[in-house]
Amino acid sequence: MMDKHPKKLLVIFAEAALEKRLVQDAKKFGAHGYTIWDVRGGSDRGTHAGSWDNDRTIEIKTICSPEVADALAAHLLAEYAQDFGLTLYFADVQVLRSEKF
Amino acid sequence: MMDAVVLFFILGVIARLGKSDLKLPQALYEALSVYLLLAIGLKGGIELHKQSLSAVLPQILACMALGALIPMLMTPVLKRMGFSGVDSAVLAAHYGSVSVVTFAVASSYLQRQGVAFEAHAALWVAVMEAPGIVAGVFLARRELNRAKALEGKTIEAKNNWRELAHEVLFGKSVLLLAGGLAIGAVMGEAGLKPIAPLFTDLFKGVLALFLLELGLVAGAQLPEVKRYGLRLLAVGIAAPLVLSLFGAALGKLLGLSTGGIAILATLAASASYIAAPTAMRMAVPQGNAGLSIAAALGISFPFNIVVGVPLYTWLAQRIS
Repeated sequence: MMDKHPKKLLVIFAEAALEKRLVQDAKKFGAHGYTIWDVRGGSDRGTHAGSWDNDRTIEIKTICSPEVADALAAHLLAEYAQDFGLTLYFADVQVLRSEKF
Repeated sequence: MMDAVVLFFILGVIARLGKSDLKLPQALYEALSVYLLLAIGLKGGIELHKQSLSAVLPQILACMALGALIPMLMTPVLKRMGFSGVDSAVLAAHYGSVSVVTFAVASSYLQRQGVAFEAHAALWVAVMEAPGIVAGVFLARRELNRAKALEGKTIEAKNNWRELAHEVLFGKSVLLLAGGLAIGAVMGEAGLKPIAPLFTDLFKGVLALFLLELGLVAGAQLPEVKRYGLRLLAVGIAAPLVLSLFGAALGKLLGLSTGGIAILATLAASASYIAAPTAMRMAVPQGNAGLSIAAALGISFPFNIVVGVPLYTWLAQRIS
């Protein structure tokens, strides 16, 4: 049986314009790594077809400790939620090498 | 007579309105825009190779001043029309900046009509991209502070001017235009001969493809235009018409050729939908980005390339 360690997965959907700032924030709050996808989607507030520069949406995933995830999410909500499209959620995940996250 | 490239734009709009599955891959769109910016820059640079910088300096300064002046004139008018202060400034910034593709369509139209224009005109485009954005950000911040003061809140001055400067100067449009101009100016026509088959001969074909994609994007803006209603439609059409007069007057004042006056009128009339939306989104996120893009891309861009360019050329022929 391998040793598994509980961590938090924080998933962020945001306007692509925010990418640089979100990555900076994630690092600042202590996330050790992240992955970014270009995605498409919509909500009852509108559609982001992602067909050109100003209409792109990204998904950022970062696995970190629950404390880091909470602090980062609180910061993102306070800083960007009012003026930018932003969706966040947490998930419990298990990792093998705890020190990586 | 309409230029063939404009028909590709219309085809794109029709495809979008007909809910076609036509879609250009994101990577192709980016590649095409890189190509167009470089090709336009190089072409202007070749002409600069033959001239001294001091000869074009007055034009550079005048173009920059016009770019900065437009948002200052437009913001109060938009506010009077009932747009919020911030939205007015953000929208006006888009008109202060310029649309490179509108410029490309105008020069292609003038060539077809046999109207000569200054071959270094791309330089005007490059220097007119930033001033309108910077002026718009200033105005928008002032409006924000005013609104906050009214609410009795303390004014928080959040200055990310460095980030904005980086966004504007190293954003792909200014970087590639200015880079192309510099490479062209250093190398001259002879030096660029090896790459001319790609950057000169293929230009119109690539422009046609790019306009097809822009037609799709602009077509997608039409429901937005409808949502914002007649007021925005009026802005999207009246702004280019009025601003073109400023551009034409400045062209006349600078002693430009007939084609040059038409180009400057077109630049003044055009609204940025690549550099300005990105920069304004970062600098003034409180502004309504959808409103500006609907006006710039959904109304003014089609208006300019279909009706505006021939009209501004006609105007230039009358006054020159």
